[in-house]
Amino acid sequence: MDTTAPLDTAYSPLTALANVLRSEYCKLRTVRSTSWALLTAVVANVGVAALLAIFVTGRLTPHQKATIDSVRLTMGGLHISQVAIGVLGVLIISGEYSTGTIRATLAAVPRRRVVLAAKTAVLAAVSLATGIASSFGAYFIFQALRSGASMSAALSDPGVLRAVTGAGLYLAVIGLFGLGLGAVIRAPAGAIAALLGIMFIPPLLSDLLPHSWQTTISPYLPLNAGGQIYIASHFDSNSLTPWTGLGVFCLYAAAALGTGIILITRRDA
Amino acid sequence: MIEAIGLTKRYGTTLAVDNLSFTVPAGQVTGFLGPNGAGKSTTMRLILGLDAPTSGSVTVNGRPYTQYRRPLLEAGALLEAKAVHGGRSARNHLKWLALSNGISRSRVDHVLGQVGLGGVARRRAGGFSLGMGQRLGIAAALVGDPKVLLFDEPVNGLDPEGVLWIRTLLKSLAAEGRTVFVSSHLMSEMALTADRLIIIGRGRLIAETTIGDLLQGASGNHIRVRSPEAGELARLLTAQGADVIRQDHDTLRITGATSDTIGEIARSNGLTLRELSAHQVSLEERYMELTSGAVDYRADHTDRVPARN
Repeated sequence: MDTTAPLDTAYSPLTALANVLRSEYCKLRTVRSTSWALLTAVVANVGVAALLAIFVTGRLTPHQKATIDSVRLTMGGLHISQVAIGVLGVLIISGEYSTGTIRATLAAVPRRRVVLAAKTAVLAAVSLATGIASSFGAYFIFQALRSGASMSAALSDPGVLRAVTGAGLYLAVIGLFGLGLGAVIRAPAGAIAALLGIMFIPPLLSDLLPHSWQTTISPYLPLNAGGQIYIASHFDSNSLTPWTGLGVFCLYAAAALGTGIILITRRDA
Repeated sequence: MIEAIGLTKRYGTTLAVDNLSFTVPAGQVTGFLGPNGAGKSTTMRLILGLDAPTSGSVTVNGRPYTQYRRPLLEAGALLEAKAVHGGRSARNHLKWLALSNGISRSRVDHVLGQVGLGGVARRRAGGFSLGMGQRLGIAAALVGDPKVLLFDEPVNGLDPEGVLWIRTLLKSLAAEGRTVFVSSHLMSEMALTADRLIIIGRGRLIAETTIGDLLQGASGNHIRVRSPEAGELARLLTAQGADVIRQDHDTLRITGATSDTIGEIARSNGLTLRELSAHQVSLEERYMELTSGAVDYRADHTDRVPARN
């Protein structure tokens, strides 16, 4: 009757890790919120790029044509997809707490850091794949549908390849940020509120600060820092360079995930 | 086998589990009883490493549960029915569990069949009734073919056929040599299913014994006699050293004498017996007796009506 896998002596730590990864991937694949989030992200990225190409590129003023970055405009859909992917990251962990599944998970895999690490790896892979596929999709559709010669950008132009790929990386990082917040806060509503709050409120608050404070702080705000990665060449005056910006953005995600890993081992399930 | 030594868990100022030591042996069904809030669920969570004890230790088959690489093969548990993601199918719920411990997919289909969910395997767990959710939880506990099983209120929500099925299942699992640890409030079921009992109250151990020993020592065991010459019989029995309480003009409640003795005394003195019956306390009565001091949440009962069999 027992048709289980090989004896314990053949069950190495590597096999154990591979099994936890497969388990977490199975979990991700078998809930509807995943398909919705990924579908939203793809449709938003590609759809908004198409709409912008059709309706906006033909109506730009000369000043705008000179100052607006083509890839940044193309990636307008990120405003929507970043929310979808960020929320997906939150739900991957907080959904377990709200349904009580976390108890089954931690009883099956008592090594809690491995569980969280596996979720991180699986989410990173899925959101990166979706992000890059949709950002390149957005790029090609935008270039195909734009009007006239404005906003043209070949992949060989300076910064364009990096920016298009960067848009995909950006989505992966925001997903991981959501996962970190979900691991710390555990309740879905609270974690989502924190995610959206951290994303959108600091820029509003920094507008209230004295100008000198603003210019110091503003480049380091999460979306401001991360947002530099998908700009090809027309950068903002007061901002970090693309890879530095993405690095700062990664630090936010790392801080959230790091806190989550510490807390998950210390707290009761 | 489960072994707890000095197990203690404190949540803030509340002492949920207080220096609990017990052994749950293999090959038997051990019942885990106690009033609400006694610490039963906490104890089970401590066994599975979901909570860390404040002090003391508990091992499963000789080692702390969290140290096993494939813990689902050592111990399976049903702690809470419906602790599943509603959007997932029953099969997928078991599938991710199985994958996490390197358990084959065929095992998943096997346990689904074993609990009677084969036909609804691909349906969303959120649409399951309480009984179906319970069966899914039991399937999850069985999926690793574990040596130890922990069930927290397994018959909750099951229809009579399901209750009988659980009783049979638990007994057969124990007969296979597994360790079966069941907590329940359903006294009548517990009396039929369990071989041994561990009773706790306010986090402390009250009794760890077999059902037979528990009921034998009960102060409520007595013999009931009805006779038209009850007074005469009472006098004779008291002279023999028995304790007799006159309950009615013809009814006596006797302790300290066997029904054989009473029958012989009646016959040799020419007294008529209309009823001679031995009453052993029910598990429910004995349990109430033992835990009356440890109940935290008691409703206001002016007339208590325990079931008597």
